[in-house]
Amino acid sequence: MNRLLKISKYLVVLLVLFAFVMTGCRSGGGKVQKVADTTSVPQGNAAAYENLKQAEKIFYTLPSPLESAMLIKSAGAIFDSKLLNPVDNAKNYSTNRSMAVNLGIYTCDLSFASLYDQTQLIIDYMNAAKKMADGLGILDAIQKEDIDKLEENIHNTEAIMEIVSQTYLNSNSYLEDNGQQAIASIVLAGGWIEGLYISTQLVDMKKLGGNKLVGRIIDQKLSVDILLNLLENSKGNPAIDDLITQIKKIRTIFDKIPLETSPVRPEYDKENDITVLKSEVHADLKPEVFAELSSAVAEIRASFIK
Amino acid sequence: MRILKIFPVLIICLLAFNPDSNAQCKAFAKSKCLPELGEYTHDGNYHATVLLEGEEAELYKTFYSDMDYRMVVCNEETIGKVEFSVLDANRNLLYSNKDANNSQVWDFKLQSSQQLKIVLKVKSTGQQGMNPPSGCVAIMFGFKIKK
Repeated sequence: MNRLLKISKYLVVLLVLFAFVMTGCRSGGGKVQKVADTTSVPQGNAAAYENLKQAEKIFYTLPSPLESAMLIKSAGAIFDSKLLNPVDNAKNYSTNRSMAVNLGIYTCDLSFASLYDQTQLIIDYMNAAKKMADGLGILDAIQKEDIDKLEENIHNTEAIMEIVSQTYLNSNSYLEDNGQQAIASIVLAGGWIEGLYISTQLVDMKKLGGNKLVGRIIDQKLSVDILLNLLENSKGNPAIDDLITQIKKIRTIFDKIPLETSPVRPEYDKENDITVLKSEVHADLKPEVFAELSSAVAEIRASFIK
Repeated sequence: MRILKIFPVLIICLLAFNPDSNAQCKAFAKSKCLPELGEYTHDGNYHATVLLEGEEAELYKTFYSDMDYRMVVCNEETIGKVEFSVLDANRNLLYSNKDANNSQVWDFKLQSSQQLKIVLKVKSTGQQGMNPPSGCVAIMFGFKIKK
């Protein structure tokens, strides 16, 4: 009789587990949001997207750490290793939040080093990113073979970026597939802040006008609402709520930068087989607003890497 | 003793009814979608989900000036082709793959940075039945590395 009771208990536990698994399976993966939960859209364009047919799934996506690094490089910025988060700091991160945010930061630093052919730093930062991914329990995101492949291709920027892209994809797809959207969002936020931090630190305050890197920084105004929407999907998680408060400070400063865009005109370039989306943009960035933004970003980034 | 027979059955159900559709979707995205990026470097972000025929998904992303982008949308053969359209912040249609023989690949660049919205819609194959077919839909972005 006792044995039967014991088995019944196991059965109840199994049934609860079964129900839990089935419920979990139905939730979408990724930075996906059911419209039934909310109808919010990036606030800058909220009016523009009103009355649209409701979609079943919504993705909000930020520039990845790789793209952030590429944006800095393409703006003609110089490389400064002092701006990166030292790899020695990796041992200080033990919470899921600190490991997630620094996985984004180290991946951005790794991409930045890769684009500037910083051979030793590439290996060091891949190891630091691996440490964060391993700490988060992301299985096989970065394997020893990836590091070996990096070493073999250390002078081939494209090959290195492919490896970084692949390992980053492994990490964020693992998190999405395992219902860890909050952690995945924190990783993205970390990479985005790192890109913004490096950019703002590389700008010479005396040369704001006509500076391409400043243009890249202003462009991030377009992504700040996307980031907030992404984070709102995991609202209620203390780490996310804290992050939302920090990012809202950045948005308040971006709101001080007026941005006017002319209508977008698609033109097909037959010779190069590519569509060019033509438009003109005008932004007005005052030095004091830039200083405020730079300081706020540095403060948030310091809180991430401590 | 009967209960002892049910026990392993329940375990099997637990495993069998845990459809690893997410992992399947990931494998599909990596094997079928990623190679379509060709010479463009994947940005590393993962956007894939299971959609039913007739369902829509939306994606919001900022694209930057002076970058060469490739967008790839692919879907499992269990569902009809995916139509996608690209809209600007004022809901103006900038591109639709319907006008390009339902091409799943689009190369583009921007004169100035813009936040764009991409709408994906799974076309219906017209099959009748209680359960409309479903399948994985993935969208990936790549950019060209500039030296």
